[in-house]
Amino acid sequence: MATTHVEPKEAASPAGQARSVNDLSIQVATVNGSGSQTANLVLLRAIFQMGIPVSAKNLFPSNIAGLPTWFTIRASKHGYVARRKDSEYLVAMNPETAEEDVLGLKPGAACVYDERLNLKRLRDDVIFYPVPFDQLVTPVCPDARLRKLVRNMIYDGVLAKLLGIDMEEIHTALQKQFRKKAKAAELNWNAARVGYEFAERNLVKADPYFLERMNATQGKILIEGNAAAALGSMFAGVTVVTWYPITPSSSLCETLIDYMKRYRLDKETGKATFAIVQAEDELAALGMALGAGWAGARSMTSTSGPGISLMAEFVGFGYYVEVPAVIFDVQRVGPSTGLPTRTAQGDILSTAFLSHGDTKHPMLLPCSVSECFTMAIEAFDLAEELQTPIFVMCDLDLGMNTWMSDPFPYPTKPMARGKVLSAEEVRRMGGFERYKDVDGDGVGYRTLPGTPDRLCGWFARGSGHNEKAIYSERPEVYVNNVDRLAHKFETARLKVPGPVITESERHEVGIIAYGTSHWAVEESLDQLRREHDIDASHCRLRAFPFHRQVHDFLQRHQRVYVVDQNRDAQMLGLLRLECDADEIRKLRSVRHYDGLPIDARTITDQIATQEAAN
Amino acid sequence: MVTTAVPSAPAAKANRIGLEIVQYKGNKSTLCAGCGHNAISERIIEACFEMGVEPHRVAKFSGIGCSSKSPAYFLNSAYGVNAVHGRMPSVATGALLANHHLIALGVSGDGDTASIGIGQFVHLMRRNLPLLYIIEDNGVYGLTKGQFSATADVGSKLKTGVVNDLPPIDTCALAIQLGATYVARSFSGDKKQLLALLKGALAHHGTSMLDVISPCVTFNDHEGSTKSYSYVKDHDEPIAEVSFVPFFEDISVEYDPGTTTDITLHDGSHVLLRKLATGYDPTNKGEALRALTEAHDKGEIVTGLFYVDTERPSFIDLLNVVDEPLATLPESKVRPPKDVLDQVMQSLM
Repeated sequence: MATTHVEPKEAASPAGQARSVNDLSIQVATVNGSGSQTANLVLLRAIFQMGIPVSAKNLFPSNIAGLPTWFTIRASKHGYVARRKDSEYLVAMNPETAEEDVLGLKPGAACVYDERLNLKRLRDDVIFYPVPFDQLVTPVCPDARLRKLVRNMIYDGVLAKLLGIDMEEIHTALQKQFRKKAKAAELNWNAARVGYEFAERNLVKADPYFLERMNATQGKILIEGNAAAALGSMFAGVTVVTWYPITPSSSLCETLIDYMKRYRLDKETGKATFAIVQAEDELAALGMALGAGWAGARSMTSTSGPGISLMAEFVGFGYYVEVPAVIFDVQRVGPSTGLPTRTAQGDILSTAFLSHGDTKHPMLLPCSVSECFTMAIEAFDLAEELQTPIFVMCDLDLGMNTWMSDPFPYPTKPMARGKVLSAEEVRRMGGFERYKDVDGDGVGYRTLPGTPDRLCGWFARGSGHNEKAIYSERPEVYVNNVDRLAHKFETARLKVPGPVITESERHEVGIIAYGTSHWAVEESLDQLRREHDIDASHCRLRAFPFHRQVHDFLQRHQRVYVVDQNRDAQMLGLLRLECDADEIRKLRSVRHYDGLPIDARTITDQIATQEAAN
Repeated sequence: MVTTAVPSAPAAKANRIGLEIVQYKGNKSTLCAGCGHNAISERIIEACFEMGVEPHRVAKFSGIGCSSKSPAYFLNSAYGVNAVHGRMPSVATGALLANHHLIALGVSGDGDTASIGIGQFVHLMRRNLPLLYIIEDNGVYGLTKGQFSATADVGSKLKTGVVNDLPPIDTCALAIQLGATYVARSFSGDKKQLLALLKGALAHHGTSMLDVISPCVTFNDHEGSTKSYSYVKDHDEPIAEVSFVPFFEDISVEYDPGTTTDITLHDGSHVLLRKLATGYDPTNKGEALRALTEAHDKGEIVTGLFYVDTERPSFIDLLNVVDEPLATLPESKVRPPKDVLDQVMQSLM
């Protein structure tokens, strides 16, 4: 795996660099708990409002206050939103990391910094813009207690001046951020203005980076994946939400609580059309979700790796008893506690087969905030149609970072509630057998508790059972049952979302990726074409089990690189389990697993190296 | 609510909703002959029959173990979930969130509750979920052939001669402390008391916790066991005599005035406690805990209704959900209209 790289064709010295418009990354290094999030989000939004495509990556510690945090904003006229490894602009506010941050800059980069840190001495190939933050903040914020929080807003003003961000957009973004808190907005606005005015009077622009208005964000929204998944769940008609706090999934249910309280109270009675319960642990969270699913509710939980591990037994129960539930896994870095605030696609293999015995579970793989929304809705339909737990595999990068998107589409299909029998239907049939494969798709019919007929009752059990749900240890009964479950999984294969394929005419090199890797792959495809004359096809997986088209894609290509954000090439492993030998031998691996979101350069370099050795 | 087909001419032994006791029975028990659990299943059948419980509204829940097999042996036409070991409370909680019209009946064992399940038990009691939670308590793991559970008394002996040297968890004291609102202990062999307690629990709105000493005839019914038939019979000290009058019957008290405590439950039923030697106030948490501690110190097994609170709101009350079951709300109630999505999208632009 490549550990270093050189960004192509960028000037090495400050003097005489070509003017660069709408193509830069700004890294803001602060201390967490210092209120920098407001300044960073306002900056992001202001650039977005100027019509320039943006993305943001928040690199934060597992800590409440006092440890280093980096927030990276990328503006790209090409619409690239993946993380970039290096930045053109650094805002150095954190004494702890400032030196290292400056030393890590590429030549020609610019650094706005807190004057006290005296960073200028460190390099002569970086453009420095010292700013006396403390002096500037005192007059605009007489209340000493608030200064720490307002201080960061000054760099928004400085950057606005240096990069050409319209101050009116900063103002609008601030008002949006603070909504009804006019006083706070005013305080922050004054700080931004002071920064702008300082830069205007004292700083001489010596770098070539500029932001200029364009028209590429009109009608778009900014949102985090967790909020998008929460919205999707609400519009999916979720009624029971049971969860346990864990980074990076907590904000999913917390946002959902806010939305549900606003939009899901019964108009006539003012009462809730939902129940949201913070459980005592992840085991209970899933136990509750399954109990609710058994009783007929659209139920969900959200968690991350450690929670997934704890849920293992109940997931097997849900699979075998055949109870619907939706489980959002916002993946973080493992094993064990791992890096709780860093991103990974580390639960793919363990989740696919979570629990003991022969189990396998459908997983949806959203790559965007828009898919967090649409796949949440699909997941609830699938859970009830297939009567089984459905996993939605997000990750921290998608869940907790702010992404640009088209507005989400309102669901066009009615809720699919699956095969549920009414008392009348059961009476007409003279009874029913819960686990009988009447329709040949492996999915039986169920009744919900409370259905008023003595023929409707049944006993759900995680122990061996026959078609009538009665306890059985008979070998042939067991085999029939688990074979039907395997057959049901084949039904799932046809129902889950299929891959999205963009095909090169050369049909030589293919890339299989999933989840957030998509954005880096899209950028990498351009790099490969431009720099290595590799015209690769891209097959973006959207679910497990894999559609037939994935095998066809493998058949059509010579070498296929599977991009994983984990050490052990987990998706490649899953493909190996499902593919024929002639497909397997075409598989190559691209991996990235340092906890940071994957970047295009990593993919490009790994593929180029392997292609060169081919 | 419409129930199962009511016979046109109810037989003599039909209950108030026209069902006969046979309609409350379950499959044939596969537990050992003489197992206390079978007696408890019989009392559950009687209690539901006598109360006129609609079987289709009953949701039975259990964990893993001998006790947890027993929901298959009563109320066959009800619904049920035999969940995973020690974690039935969460499944029951979820089901009640989905449909709070269900009558939830949980059956667990001492291992399923006090060992592996203590975490979920604690939080269930704390939430005061409207559910009847029965511990079929024999102090021993039956299904894995006779290991101690966490309710075994210090000094009690296994058939193999192994002596327990750790103190027991008193599930009743725990339940009272944690917020359960109907807490009792009984003995599987005491038909009258157990039936009255079960009926009272069915009429109660909130968590009812019944710890029923239920000797294991195979692994723990011998000299040296404090959960054997003979030990419990000799050491059983009822705290008060329990009678139950359902809401659909008039109270005709034969007790002398001043000798009974009358507790009115949520559905209008009454639990009548006739004072024994000492007066006992079942609405006083502190007194309940003291009685349990004192009995324990004396080596007695005190039985009866220890604690009742008819005021505390249940978990479902606190959630302030609509009256209809959440599970079956129509799409029009659970999917907000398009203008809501448009409004949210607008706010994110």
